[in-house]
Amino acid sequence: MLKRFKKCITRAIIVASITTLSSISWAAELEEIHFIVPGGAGGGWDMTARGTGDVLMKEGLVDTVSYQNLSGGGGGKAIAHMIETAARQQDTLMVNSTPIVIRSLTGIFPQSFRDLTPVAATIADYGAIVVANDSKYQNWQEVVADFKQDPRKVKVAGGSARGSMDHLIVAAAFKGEGFDARSVRYIAYDAGGKAMAAVLSGETPLLSTGLGEVLEMSKSGQVRVLAITAPERLAAAPNVPTLTEMGNQTVFANWRGFFASPGISDEKVAQWNKAFAAMYKTDRWTTVRDRNGWIDNYKADKDFYAFLEEQEQQMGDLMRELGFLK
Amino acid sequence: MLDGILIGLSTAMMPTNLMMVMVGCFIGTFIGMLPGLGPISAIALMIPVTYGLDPSSGMILMAGVYYGAIFGGSTSSILINAPGCSSTVVTAFDGYPLAQKGQAGKALALAAYSSFTGGTLSAIMLLVAAPALAKVSLSFQSSDYFALMLVGLSAVAAFAGKGQVLKAWMMTILGLMLATVGIDKGIGVERFTFGLTDLMDGFSFLLLAMATFALGETLMGILKPEKDTAGAENSALSEIGSMKISKEEIKEVAPVALRSSILGFFIGVLPGAGATIAAFLSYGLERNLAPKDKKEEFGKGSLRGLVAPESANNAASSGSFVPLLTLGIPGSGTTAIMLGALISYGIQPGPRLFVDNPEIFWSVIISMYVGNVVLIILNLPLIPYISKLLAVPRTVLLPMIIFFSITGVYLVSFNTIDVFIMIAIAMVAILLRLANFPLAPLLLGFILGGLMEENLRRSLMISDGELSFILERPITLTFTIISVLVLVAPVLLTILNRYRVKKAKLVEKVG
Repeated sequence: MLKRFKKCITRAIIVASITTLSSISWAAELEEIHFIVPGGAGGGWDMTARGTGDVLMKEGLVDTVSYQNLSGGGGGKAIAHMIETAARQQDTLMVNSTPIVIRSLTGIFPQSFRDLTPVAATIADYGAIVVANDSKYQNWQEVVADFKQDPRKVKVAGGSARGSMDHLIVAAAFKGEGFDARSVRYIAYDAGGKAMAAVLSGETPLLSTGLGEVLEMSKSGQVRVLAITAPERLAAAPNVPTLTEMGNQTVFANWRGFFASPGISDEKVAQWNKAFAAMYKTDRWTTVRDRNGWIDNYKADKDFYAFLEEQEQQMGDLMRELGFLK
Repeated sequence: MLDGILIGLSTAMMPTNLMMVMVGCFIGTFIGMLPGLGPISAIALMIPVTYGLDPSSGMILMAGVYYGAIFGGSTSSILINAPGCSSTVVTAFDGYPLAQKGQAGKALALAAYSSFTGGTLSAIMLLVAAPALAKVSLSFQSSDYFALMLVGLSAVAAFAGKGQVLKAWMMTILGLMLATVGIDKGIGVERFTFGLTDLMDGFSFLLLAMATFALGETLMGILKPEKDTAGAENSALSEIGSMKISKEEIKEVAPVALRSSILGFFIGVLPGAGATIAAFLSYGLERNLAPKDKKEEFGKGSLRGLVAPESANNAASSGSFVPLLTLGIPGSGTTAIMLGALISYGIQPGPRLFVDNPEIFWSVIISMYVGNVVLIILNLPLIPYISKLLAVPRTVLLPMIIFFSITGVYLVSFNTIDVFIMIAIAMVAILLRLANFPLAPLLLGFILGGLMEENLRRSLMISDGELSFILERPITLTFTIISVLVLVAPVLLTILNRYRVKKAKLVEKVG
């Protein structure tokens, strides 16, 4: 009852804000999308779902959009929910990202992306190695030189546990330089902001994170990005060098995308992808994307599936090397 | 800087923005009063609304909701022992006993005045020193946080009644143990989850507080109806809405409010602590500073015990805007949502914010002050009516509390398992209550334990496994010494007293 009431309020607010913005809406091909967010309000997943849903609806690609935050089990609760109630989830998309691959590998999730219907990857963020503005390191090569002398001197902060994404990014980067990935000293913080505070306060010299999280801070001169794990330089950050141009072959993209429940028809998946494809062409999407520091990385349906398998292989190898998998 | 303040003042005083503060405070107070629903839920609900507003108005609205929710949270803590958000858990320790004594109106009024003091003092501190305070935010490293939590834990005796010190320690250790459940934040290993997905995120602090306090208390009320002396209650009812606070009482709590506001503000400025920690620490500090006869009142309806956490949590909430606005670092879940909202306006908080967007920077700070004034004007006249809630017959009130506590916990996660976990914990809590174990130390151990462990492990990793970090950083060393002193002082004092008595006796004999 209360939940329905809350939904009503949210809808009323959405409707009200549309009318005040006097945007035009017409009958869309998709009637409804219900987004399930496996984490709390305001997080990365939440922003992705709400940003995407907002554009889809305001552009008239979907008639109504609703959101549900279903946190628990590091995201596992939502996956289980998608599978258990598959019959009732015909219009539901769950947002997820690289951790679904990592957590399936470690067994935190008993299921994997194969138990769901991968619909599309929509955006990506690349890994970034960051230092405070007053750091002694001017470039990645200096870090590598110090690491060669004594890996214990080069401690790296990250906003997630050992064996999770921030750790894997920096381990992959040092592995790409020919070092043992296990010798990387990774210090885990419980949130990205706290890891950032550690680097700014000089507690740890390096930070491993996503470029999107530090792009604006680097523009305002608080931090410097030494390298990113993109295959080539990005239009959003033309001055930031990639590891590949320094002879390090590490490429790593943290994708974000959407999954449907198992057993969804191919037509439905195609419909969703049609809406996504149309979304990329709108100015409204460009605005939302840029203000969040996202990078377009559209991989639909089968491509997405192939990409997930490839990433599973890459992550799995690295995690075995680090001793997180046997 | 004066220009900036003037710009901020004129922005904050615009009729639309004044209305935003009022609307925000009102909505926030209302949502905050519902047990379990706190600032995070309230702000998340407002985000779609703020998209249509200009950045300053949006931020002012959200800030208003934020203070309102914290303000409202203390109401449910005091009246029904069911905290609205984690930072008002400590408020229940003494606020609820006061309300039970028939002084609900007084307790609510005191809470309102303390919140106002905390909020106002910290708004002034922000106004004077915000840009400079960024340095304070970055002055704490992992080992310092560890030592700070250690000080907090050493105050455990403060949370125990007379002769309960051993039991209090046992409960603290139980709290520390509960904090280890879930996916470990350092290595990502599951601990004590027994393979259950529902235990992977560990227990939520708010759930634990609601289960042990709101549910536990209510069920105890049903188990021991003889405690429910209707006659005494009826006579107390006439007083229930009275907000009278005597001059002596003001004299007693004024320094408490001042100290707690300053302490709370600085704890709030640290990105790794927050309003809940601030409330616990100030409560512990005041208990230790109180004169002997006042000490025993703590936990039974002490005015100091109510004023301290209420001033501290409000001051800390304002303090948490320092790392958000000056560094772009969110120190709490709530400020993380606000950061998201700012970024979606195309505004990056950081050292350049008060240069590039002075109107936002200063108007948010000024609106904090305005928000505090609005809240006190809005809430004081309502207190007599709100506190009449306790005049509802217990047969109606108790089921209502149970209903609201359970829905509150459900609405946070939309997870039915949480409700079952809550009921299970409440059952255990009742057993512990019957055996006369104090439950506040359990919560203290839980909230400090997790942070303490994380920070200790981090400091050890940074120092390559050497314990020398305790000596190397002055802040760490100072806090460690303080916590040792707090632990040892009572023992030393007893020994000293015995020695004195003996000496006096000897002198008598000789004389």
